[in-house]
Amino acid sequence: MSQDTAMAQGGFWRDTGRSGIGSWIFSTDHKRIGMMYLYCVLSFFLVGVVLGFLIRLELIAPGPTIVTAQTYNALFTVHGVVMIFLFIIPGIPASFGNLVLPIQLGARDVAFPRVNLLSWWLYAIGAVIVLVSLFTGGGAPDTGWTFYVPFSARTSTNVSLAVFGVFVLGFSSILTGINFITTIHRMRAPGMTWTRLPLFTWSLYATAWVQVLATPIIAITLLLVVTERILGLGLFDPNRGGDPVMYQHMFWIYSHPAVYIMILPGMGVISDIIPVFSRKPIFGYKMIAFSSLAIAAAGSAVWGHHMYTSGMSDLGVLVFSFLTFIVAIPSAIKVFNWVSTMYKGSISLEAPMLFALSFILLFSIGGLSGLILGAAATDIHVHDTHFVVGHFHYVMFGGTGFAFFAAAHYWLPKYYGRRYKEKPAIFGWILMFVGFNVMYFTMQVLGMEGMPRRYYDYLPEFARLNFVATVGSWILVAGIVIVVWNLWRGLFRGEPFTGNPWGGATLEWSIATPPPTENFDEDPVVTHGPYEFKGAGIP
Amino acid sequence: MEHTEHILSYGKLTAVWVALLVLTAATIMVTRFELGVWKVWAALAIASVKSGLVIAFFMHMKYEPRLFRIILFVALFTLAGFIGGTFFDVLYR
Repeated sequence: MSQDTAMAQGGFWRDTGRSGIGSWIFSTDHKRIGMMYLYCVLSFFLVGVVLGFLIRLELIAPGPTIVTAQTYNALFTVHGVVMIFLFIIPGIPASFGNLVLPIQLGARDVAFPRVNLLSWWLYAIGAVIVLVSLFTGGGAPDTGWTFYVPFSARTSTNVSLAVFGVFVLGFSSILTGINFITTIHRMRAPGMTWTRLPLFTWSLYATAWVQVLATPIIAITLLLVVTERILGLGLFDPNRGGDPVMYQHMFWIYSHPAVYIMILPGMGVISDIIPVFSRKPIFGYKMIAFSSLAIAAAGSAVWGHHMYTSGMSDLGVLVFSFLTFIVAIPSAIKVFNWVSTMYKGSISLEAPMLFALSFILLFSIGGLSGLILGAAATDIHVHDTHFVVGHFHYVMFGGTGFAFFAAAHYWLPKYYGRRYKEKPAIFGWILMFVGFNVMYFTMQVLGMEGMPRRYYDYLPEFARLNFVATVGSWILVAGIVIVVWNLWRGLFRGEPFTGNPWGGATLEWSIATPPPTENFDEDPVVTHGPYEFKGAGIP
Repeated sequence: MEHTEHILSYGKLTAVWVALLVLTAATIMVTRFELGVWKVWAALAIASVKSGLVIAFFMHMKYEPRLFRIILFVALFTLAGFIGGTFFDVLYR
């Protein structure tokens, strides 16, 4: 199909054989499923932003400000649950993974298209259950997103339904992981060898393994919490032979690897964008690819670093502290290789690249502050302070969040056939970058000074910096609004986007815009690597 | 990767079933002895053998291609790592 024909037909947007909402919610086309994920995760992201904005507004001054203490507890719990389970875990893999992965492999769809649709349905059902839990029973959970026992087993808020929703969401994640692993193993086009896989695909492969292997643990753990609440078996009650620290082990056995489910696809996005906008092949392809696997493997063995102050044995603290430092090695390999790729490149500072560059800086700050938390001696001082909150947001928002927007600016014009305006995108990015650092760096300083996390009130000496952090949140939110509005307006009403204006060498840039339903008229034969720009027919 | 159907005989299936019953009895038996921390290792060892039998024969993994066996091994190795990691804490408190 020629480019003009695809544009006229609207590619996968129109060529479905069904009409109305049924053409979406019953579609097995990976691109339509990716789009449904995209709209869902973006909606939940905006909900999470509003909740986060309210948390910061409450903390603008000591004492009660805009909500009660109980509402504040619910706010930070729901902010965490929505952002973690409904936005950031499915964020890049389920949306951009579905949109891009099969095309990057040269396939017409994922290995199990119906299972893919089931994944989305489970995600939607899980999300509805979580949302219902906020307004029914004893009200929104107030445990924090970690659902720690014994409080989660005792609180009268609607914890049982909320964790059941998360349980269902976990199945969605597992099915996506199984689908991607099988697709990457079995659906590669002729010539698409393992060392010709785009690094975004490599990152999704590593992520998928973590999704499949670690997610069942959280499913079991959360079911045990429900069992504890309903039957009162005493599984985590030391008076009855139970072990509360065992809950934390089981929770973090999933939830720390889950951090890599969140960040690895973001690293994959950055690995695809930097060579394109540096006009240079990626530096250290194999090292970046294998470092994804190394991060997935090493990251699965470090969960205990969340528990240094929980009464874990000294040997446990020592072992998990040591293992935590190992994760820094493959993470640093990626950062050094991205920077080396840019060295002497012809760098083009367009919106996707700006988000990618800020990813490197913000992720590095987040990663380095993680070493302070990984070292047991220093962690004791900053555990459960705002330092942890700052660190986590530097990695997750500064990392994955900025990578999500980098991916949106890089790939979405390809799928819509229209593009956003560059200047508002850059202006929004500047506001996001400035607001982000004002807010979260200040929170790290607050944590160093001793301001605890999840506290409704605080001592007067923390007032000045809390005010600064709240002002940062206003700048950040303004940037997000501009970026999302500009994307929304541009993708529906912007200038036409055709061809391969970025100059990408991966397969998605070789097909029509927007991609046709079957992706390729004829099965492609891959003859060059994903970052070999010379001789790949790129203008 | 060719997939060939493999039908196990009733005799072999029955033998595996009997072995599972015997091992279940062994799981209960070891709880009667004062083995200290080794009690957990004994229970895990017996459970590993039992699940190995189920996977190899009932789930036909013994007759599947090597890639599938490697993938399954990765999953089991990871699970063992998860369980083993908790012992750095539980055994040394």
